[in-house]
Amino acid sequence: MLPPLAVVLFATAISLIFFWVPEDAEDPAQRIFYFHVPIALTAYSCFGWGAWKALRVLGKRDERADVESYVAIHQGTIFGALTLVTGSLWARATWGHWWLWSSRQLVLFLVLFLFYCAYFMLRFSVEPGPRRANLSAVYALFGVVLTPVSFLAIRLAEDFIHPTVFTRDGPQMTASMFTTFCVSLAAMLSLFATFYSIELAGKRIDARIRELREALS
Amino acid sequence: MNYFNDVATLARKDLLLELRARDTLPAMLLFVVAALVVFHFALPAEAGDLAGLGLLWVAIIFTALLGLSRAWVAEREQGVLDGLVLSPADRSAIWVGKAISSLAFLVLAEAIALPAFWIFFTGLDAATIAGVLLADIGLCSVGAFVAAMSTATRARELLLPVLFLPLAIPLVVGGVGSSVVDDPARYLAFLGLYDCLFATICWASFEYVVTE
Repeated sequence: MLPPLAVVLFATAISLIFFWVPEDAEDPAQRIFYFHVPIALTAYSCFGWGAWKALRVLGKRDERADVESYVAIHQGTIFGALTLVTGSLWARATWGHWWLWSSRQLVLFLVLFLFYCAYFMLRFSVEPGPRRANLSAVYALFGVVLTPVSFLAIRLAEDFIHPTVFTRDGPQMTASMFTTFCVSLAAMLSLFATFYSIELAGKRIDARIRELREALS
Repeated sequence: MNYFNDVATLARKDLLLELRARDTLPAMLLFVVAALVVFHFALPAEAGDLAGLGLLWVAIIFTALLGLSRAWVAEREQGVLDGLVLSPADRSAIWVGKAISSLAFLVLAEAIALPAFWIFFTGLDAATIAGVLLADIGLCSVGAFVAAMSTATRARELLLPVLFLPLAIPLVVGGVGSSVVDDPARYLAFLGLYDCLFATICWASFEYVVTE
């Protein structure tokens, strides 16, 4: 059910972005906004979902939640990397630089990307078992606290590092822009849900095969 | 009151060990002074005092990291951690004790490093010193926590900087802000907020780091 939904939503979003929404006269590259921002919001949702599952690991001792939390954060890191790539492309097309420290969201995603990459290093240097589940879950919960604190820190840092020169808070979104944005966001979220269920099914089959092998030997 | 007694006993144990073995603090002191000398040569003459203040924070972060990488070595090598977990003390007291002893080492190292910075580079105002103290609390509470995490892994000390630096970025922002901006109150408040938030989450979740 999910993969066809994602395909339909994506086709709709792309046709809306290229054929329906009015072009920004000053900034034709602005169309990437309809991909960049939904990808960023999807990454946040992945991290949030991963932290929620982590809470279940710690609170309810739910063993399935450990894999679910890992898969959500794995997807979140991929969407986070895509946010950095699309943001960088947008910055290059509009302002002529590949990287801008004055773009808050981009800097925040860099910090989060580093933080969640360390999650994988932590997870893969512990033997599978309850200890690994605990450590990963605690680290995933740290991410939820770190995100708003880092956002605040980046805002505060602007006062002494760079005054904000460029902002993306342009004119208010028109109805057509908002509709396109919502369709795009739904497409990204359904893409995440698709990847999430596929990867989760893979992980579960993997674990089941390992159990069967152990039972056989 | 039992809880505070446990914490005090655990912190005293670390300080006593350091007093007898003297392996962490001298290394931190030498490292921070050597780092300041390196920074002198890394900065061109035109860089000015502001760049020096920024580098002071780099020195503080890495000195803290040096101390924290040794924080749980005795527990790991002698198998003390299992004993502590089995003892009737609350598990979070183990973390509070370690954070306090790490804080003591870091503050002692800075008691040498800040006057050295004053002599080598530029003067420090009260806001900077308040910022250093507030940031120390955050560095040691988060640091003692992630150091315990990295001790539980195969990669050990290798993992500590990777886990610790993304978490320390907000502290650098607050610290540098409190030393270079004319009105540092906001930055000091931010450091206080960071300390409260992260100390609470570390305190609440430490049990899961040391138990299965």
